[in-house]
This record gives sequence, C-alpha cells and structure tokens, in this order.
Amino acid sequence: MGEPQLQSETVNRVQINPLRKKRNKSYSKLMKNKLAVCGGIFVVLLVVLAVFAPLLAPFDPTKQNYGQILKPPSATHWFGTDTLGRDLLSRIIFGAQVSLKAGLISVGIALTIGIPLGMISGYFRGFWDEFIIMRVTDAMLAFPSLVLALTLAAVLGPSLNHAMIAIGLVFTPYFIRLARGEVLAQREREYVSAARASGLRNFSIMMRHVFPNILGPLIVQATLNVASAIIAEASLSYLGLGTQPPTPSWGAMLAEGQGYISQAPWISIFPGLFIFLAVISINVFGDGIHDWLDPKLK
Amino acid sequence: MLIKSETPEPEKILEVKDLKKFFDIKQGFVGLGHQTVRAVDDVSFFVNKGETLGIVGESGCGKSTMGRSILQLQKPTDGSVLFEGIELTKLKNGQIRKLRKDIQMVFQDPFGSLNPRITIGTMLREIVNTHHVVNKTESKSYVEELLEQVGLKKSYYDRYAHEFSGGQRQRISIARALAVRPKLIVCDEAVSALDVSVQAQILNLLQKLKKDYELTYLFISHDLSVIKHVSDRVAVMYLGQIVELASKEEIFEHPLHPYLRALLSAIPLVNQPKRERIILSGEVPSPINIPEGCRFHTRCPFAKDLCKQKVPAFEQKKDGHWAACHFA
Repeated sequence: MGEPQLQSETVNRVQINPLRKKRNKSYSKLMKNKLAVCGGIFVVLLVVLAVFAPLLAPFDPTKQNYGQILKPPSATHWFGTDTLGRDLLSRIIFGAQVSLKAGLISVGIALTIGIPLGMISGYFRGFWDEFIIMRVTDAMLAFPSLVLALTLAAVLGPSLNHAMIAIGLVFTPYFIRLARGEVLAQREREYVSAARASGLRNFSIMMRHVFPNILGPLIVQATLNVASAIIAEASLSYLGLGTQPPTPSWGAMLAEGQGYISQAPWISIFPGLFIFLAVISINVFGDGIHDWLDPKLK
Repeated sequence: MLIKSETPEPEKILEVKDLKKFFDIKQGFVGLGHQTVRAVDDVSFFVNKGETLGIVGESGCGKSTMGRSILQLQKPTDGSVLFEGIELTKLKNGQIRKLRKDIQMVFQDPFGSLNPRITIGTMLREIVNTHHVVNKTESKSYVEELLEQVGLKKSYYDRYAHEFSGGQRQRISIARALAVRPKLIVCDEAVSALDVSVQAQILNLLQKLKKDYELTYLFISHDLSVIKHVSDRVAVMYLGQIVELASKEEIFEHPLHPYLRALLSAIPLVNQPKRERIILSGEVPSPINIPEGCRFHTRCPFAKDLCKQKVPAFEQKKDGHWAACHFA
C-alpha cells in the first residue's frame, strides 16, 4: 500500500511545484523592480536636492550661530545644529552637491580611462596587455587605495576637484582589470568568432558585440564604486585634502561629529544616514539597470 | 579566349597544402614543462568549385581546428591555404577581412554562436552593411528576404537569439553565412547539436541553398550518415591527419583504410545477412603523444611490424582514391 501513496504524493508535488516556483519568481522579480524604482527615486531626489540646494535649504549652510550650538533636532532645526551652530539639514542639502559630484565624477573618470584600456588590453592581448597595462595596474593595486589617493591628492594640492581626480585614478585599475577579464571571457565565445568570420571590423566587434555583453558587471562595479568614492571623498576631506571648510560635505560632517558622538550624536548620524541611503539606492538602482539591459529578463 | 575541352577540368576553389596547427601547452612551475598538441598535422586536400567535400572523423581529431585554420580564425602553424589562388596564410588582417565575403562559416553551437544582446536583424544588417552587399537603404528588406530564404518569418527581424529554438538558430547562422553571398561555406558540425528530424530539415535547406546560389561546401561532421547524405567527396580524418579521401560512392563501397572499414562495419544492418565486424580496441591516442610510424597502428587489427616503424604515405591507390596505409 505504501507505493501508490508515494506515487500520488509525487504527482501532487509535480503539479504544485511549478506553480509555486513561478509565483515566487515573479514575486521576487517584482520586489526587485520595486527596490530598483525606490533606489532610482532616491537618486533623483538627491540630484534635485543638489541642484536646487539654494532654494530648498532653510538656512545658510555656512552661517554660524553661537546661540544655537549643539542643539538637538527640533521644529526649526530638523536635524539639529553642529558645534558652530550651523543648521545640519541645510548643510546636508548642500553637501549632496559635493558628495554626488565626488561620487559620479570620480567614477566617471575611472570608467572613461579604465574601460577602453581594459577592453583593448583583453581583446588584442600581446605586449601592451601583458607587459605595460597589466603591470601598471598591478603596481597601482599594490598600494592601499586610500594611501595612493592621499599621495595623489597631496601632489595635486588640496581641493575638491583634485580629490576627485585622485579618487578616479585610484579606481581606474579596478575597471581595467574587470573590463579586461570580462573581454577575455567573451572573446572565446563563439559569437565573437562568428563576428570575426563575418568579416566585421575589430572596432565594431568590440563596441557592438563585446561591450554590451560585459556591461552588466561593469555597471555593478561602477555603482559600488560611486559609494566608495563618496566615502573616499569623505576620508580625504577629513584629512584636509578634499573639500575645504566651510563648504559642507557629508564625509567632512561625519568627521566633525566624531568628537561629540556622545553629547550630540545627530551631527554624525544624519550625514551617515544620507551616505548610507545614497550608497544603497545607487547600488539597487544599478542592479535594476543591469536587469533592464538583459534582454532575457525583459 | 581559351578553348574549353569537352569535359573541363573541375576548378579548384580551395586548396590546402601541408596544413599544420600546433598548440603549445605550458605545464608546471613557470611553464618549464612544455608539450605540443598536434591538432592538425600535415593535411593536404582540395575542394572543387560547386562540390561538397565532407570531412569526417571522431571528436578531437582536429576537424574543427582545421576548419578554423582554413578561415584564418586561428593562424595555422605551417602550410598554405589557397582560395581561388590567393594565399590566405600570408594575408594581413585587413585583407583577410575583405576576403571573408567569399568564405563563410556555419558554427556548431546554435546557442553560443549568436550574440545574446542584439536582435538578429541588427546582426545581419551590420554584416550586410560592412561588406556593402546592397545599398544601406535596401539592407533591411534584403535581410528580411534572407530570413525568408532560410525558412524564417520576416517578423523575426526584431527578435533576440534566445527567443528561437535550436533549429531556428541554426537557420539564422546559415542566414548570417549567406548574407554576404559567399562562394564557399565551411559548415563546422552544423547539424550535430540538433534533433534528427531538425537535422534533416537543415540539411535539406543547405542542399537547396547550394543549388540556388551555386555554393561550395566544406562539410565537417562526426556523423557518417550525415556525411553520406550531403557529400560529393569524403575525407576521413584520424588524429590530425586525413587517412582516406575519395568520392562518396567509392569510399562507402570500397573503403581501403582499416579505420574507415572498422567504422563502416559498425553500422547496424536491417534485413541483411550479418557481416563481419572489425572491432577497434583501445582509445584514440592523445594528440600530444602521437604514436611512431602509422598513427593508427595502436588500434589497427591488421598492424604489422612495418606499421610501427614507417609512416605510410598518403598516396593515390586507385583513380581518385587516396589512402594512408601500407597494406591498402
């Protein structure tokens, strides 16, 4: 009698499982889309904050008010005030300008140098790949990234623009490596051979056939690096090589609050929260773009 | 003008001479151990215009490497490949690129050989535009026509590769090869990945296109029945070399080389008296350690001492029937 029961059980399982699986899949896809949309909305919000900062900020972000030092969040100062009595909400709104600029431009620099170099390196191989580009990236990766960024920023001189260039250069080898590795994997695929056999030019094979297929990992890496760049800018600012006071930047604000963490935790909490939210939403948004670009998931 | 004789000598479209393709394998610490895979080892043959030359051999015998070396997708180690009298191995990349208009390839894997990120229409149109097959303004309708010729619908133009079945994808691959109006198509295991019923459809399509466009095929396969179906002449490869070459009728009726005789004797017969089977023992030797003498002697049931010492020449045993065996 055991066997028929078993059979009916397997039959049931076979019938139920595909349904459940399908529902789970579409649900998780929906959730993922929702997250990506939320991430996108927050990114747009940050951009709006940055662009319209002078209109949105309730106070002058650099104006010191010694009567309002270290005030906790209240109706007038939503996020409280810092050691010099400056309104934290206004500073965060203006800080979005600096932080977004630092994150996007430095990663932009890394992308524009890194992807072409990495792709050429991986596609053509040979002397330039093996002995020049790869060895230079090895040398750059051998340094701790913050130390390298510090050195570069120190050589260039303290300013936000120089800090962005330094961060961009420090991130470049990661993109070279990643692009090269992905191209190496793709160039062995048969569709690349087929494109070559069709007599297409190397440039168009790289741009139209290989590039779209390596884009996914690059987007993920780029969004992760935007987050790291915001933090790197914060670190450089903390060390005095990035944004110069009194210009507000989230990283610098985070650092300023360090000494008052027990008395006035809001000085650090709010900029930290914004860094965190910006980083997460950029990551989720990037992930969404990645899925959106994949024709198989449409 | 030249006066042509009654039965004109068939024109050779492709001639391969002493083609070799070796791969170096580095092993051990800093690559001190050094070995060579002799994937294609001294292969010579020619293909006449308008015929189908079938290349048959088991997996790993160097068929595909040979195909890729002929197309210069991999640079041959040595030897020459003449296409309509032009030496392909000495051409620069740019010159080869232009010649690819005349020599095309259909790849084995219908899933890997199509770019997943672009629509098939875009892919075909790019090829057509690169080689200026038709005017840019006409290329879309040209590509749609092409899709219909290989048995697909015009409306598939905007679809991605993953939306098609294996057989349909292979039709797309054929359309891609056909797009530039080539003279020679190398079909590298073009039907191996497909079901038998779909295989037949694709083979019939290839035959039809051959007639319509006066194509020449170099048809590479491991399947004797497929080769028998499509080929005019057949070459049998074993371990990087051609061991027998003759017209289809001749080679299947009167095989000379023990390797082919053994393969043919393994085909089951229906409603016919049992024939004697030639059983091959052992495995194919590795192309890294190729046996001395005749490379088939380790598995040949008729091997003599001579076979272990002397490499048999690939010579004409009968009119148009070539074989590499001391005793054939």
